[in-house]
Amino acid sequence: MTRAAWTFARLTVLEAARRRLLRVLAVFTLVSVGLTAWGIERLVTLARDHGASAAEVDYGVAQLLVFAAFMFSFVLAATAAFLAAPAIAGDLESGTALAVFARPVARADLVIGKWLGLGLVVAAYALASGILEIAAVGWFAGYLPPRPVEAVLCLVGEALVLMTLALLVSTRMSAIAGGAVAVVAFGLAWMLGVLGGLGKALDVEALVQAADVGRLVLPTDLLWRGVSDALQPPPQTILEAIGRAATGAANPFGGGSPPGTGGVAWAVGWVVVMLGLAAWSLRRREI
Amino acid sequence: MFGQIRRKAPGNSGVPSAAMPAHSDAEPGASPRTPGTLAPAIETRELAKRYGAITALAGLTLTVGRGEVFGFLGPNGAGKTTAVKLLLGLARPSGGQGRVLGAPLGDRTVRRRIGYLPELFRYQPWLRAREVLRLHCELAGLPRSAWPGEVAGGLRLVGLADRGEHLVGTFSKGMQQRLGLGVALLGSPDLVVLDEPTSALDPVGRSDVRRIVREVRERGTTVFLNSHLLTEVERLCDRVAIVDHGRVVAAGAPGELAADGAVRVRTDGLDAALVARLALDFGELRLDGEWLTAALEPARVPDLVAALVAAGARVHVVEPGRSTLEDVFLRVVSGGSAGGGAGGEAGVPA
Repeated sequence: MTRAAWTFARLTVLEAARRRLLRVLAVFTLVSVGLTAWGIERLVTLARDHGASAAEVDYGVAQLLVFAAFMFSFVLAATAAFLAAPAIAGDLESGTALAVFARPVARADLVIGKWLGLGLVVAAYALASGILEIAAVGWFAGYLPPRPVEAVLCLVGEALVLMTLALLVSTRMSAIAGGAVAVVAFGLAWMLGVLGGLGKALDVEALVQAADVGRLVLPTDLLWRGVSDALQPPPQTILEAIGRAATGAANPFGGGSPPGTGGVAWAVGWVVVMLGLAAWSLRRREI
Repeated sequence: MFGQIRRKAPGNSGVPSAAMPAHSDAEPGASPRTPGTLAPAIETRELAKRYGAITALAGLTLTVGRGEVFGFLGPNGAGKTTAVKLLLGLARPSGGQGRVLGAPLGDRTVRRRIGYLPELFRYQPWLRAREVLRLHCELAGLPRSAWPGEVAGGLRLVGLADRGEHLVGTFSKGMQQRLGLGVALLGSPDLVVLDEPTSALDPVGRSDVRRIVREVRERGTTVFLNSHLLTEVERLCDRVAIVDHGRVVAAGAPGELAADGAVRVRTDGLDAALVARLALDFGELRLDGEWLTAALEPARVPDLVAALVAAGARVHVVEPGRSTLEDVFLRVVSGGSAGGGAGGEAGVPA
């Protein structure tokens, strides 16, 4: 890491603070965690009043938690995309980049610095929201998912992957186009994952393979499946609650699988390759 | 006046290189001090840039010596900003060669010794003025111990000493341009490229910039000035090059370009027929009211006056013709050339 890259990273975090982004994210986190926790608490109270067993309550809360995590992952993806899309495109369009690139700094330093700075902001947002949400659900509903750390880390990973894509696009496209590309890609990747689940449930190999390819091209769904899996209650609880093992393959909220070492390595490698591509793209770009 | 000021060794005066060496005598990043061994500040040979089917720069050949203030003029679309971007490594040439401070175009380390004020001057609006200067001290690789002095000196130099803690987003365009000038001058660079440095400034601001450019030149810094304000260029520049359609069409000292060898005679008693008869001996003559203009060698002026008197005209005043730089500019960009000729070089000694 060069000194210039650290400079750009610090500058990016400072920009987020000065432009009140951190404040907005903090307020939004508190509001969303508060609302979802209140909603889950109300539902749990209602369920218990109607005689639901502990296993049924845990299973129900787990599904709600997965659903909340899913909604949050979309919010997080959009945040990451719309933060990263103008990160370089905005500097190029406004002319701020001119004076910077006339200095003895490598353009790759700008890419890496922006990625680090934005990554810190996005990761902090995802970590804070994830931890607070799980803690609030644990407090109000008495349910703690089996692998909360893994769930939050997969969520962070998902955001970083999409942020990297948006940053790459930012080296070539306008900010608004870059944001749209990243969000649409995220949605398509998720839909492909759902189709893959359906394919698995209905034994349609082509859909399963398409989903696998999609997860390699953009590993956000790979990581989302890890979130979903890490938030599910233990199999025993599921058996007690609904009298059968949940197949979940076709259910995007109930079906999941941990990414495993290979999946994590792929996601990390994908980010590194995309960052390298972004640095190369910006270096070749005529200012 | 600001930061650490050092006197630079006098450089060459723009003698063109017969052939551009593959490697400069001066190592990139180094600053040779011995006169005569210093590479020119800028040296290009047939530098060209094409964007698809559009030729932004056809073939730019010029040399800028160390320590001079060099004006770079041209109409809109002539290729001036493209040339600046090529020199600073912001774009890659499609053809030709170039060197800046002895290093090939695009060399990153040489940018430690270059300051740049872009035409589109924009700085992070959420930073304070002091922070912008500090950021550029860091990016320029200046020693940390020098930053406070550079920042304070830079703000003072451009008249923003009392606005250092204000956000750039609250600045007017003129103030942002002043800040940009301060950014460009950080670290006493060997070469400063100023692209329309006074476009947003009021007359007081322009006067300040002229003063700063003169002071910077006194310290041995080379200034490459891209400007539409010809009166300013006339007052500041040691030499100028006029670019049109991506090539140098005129070059030289402003005074040389403006002295076009014409003579003007105020007379009466002349008519068109008489002027036509005199033109057979003295070449092209132009009669505007009482003024007769002729392009003559000084030695033939008495002959013209004698011929006018002999023809019955009365001669009241004889004066050398003098164009302004604007006259020269308008003449060469609308056809014809002066000094270097079409596609000519701007490397002749001053």
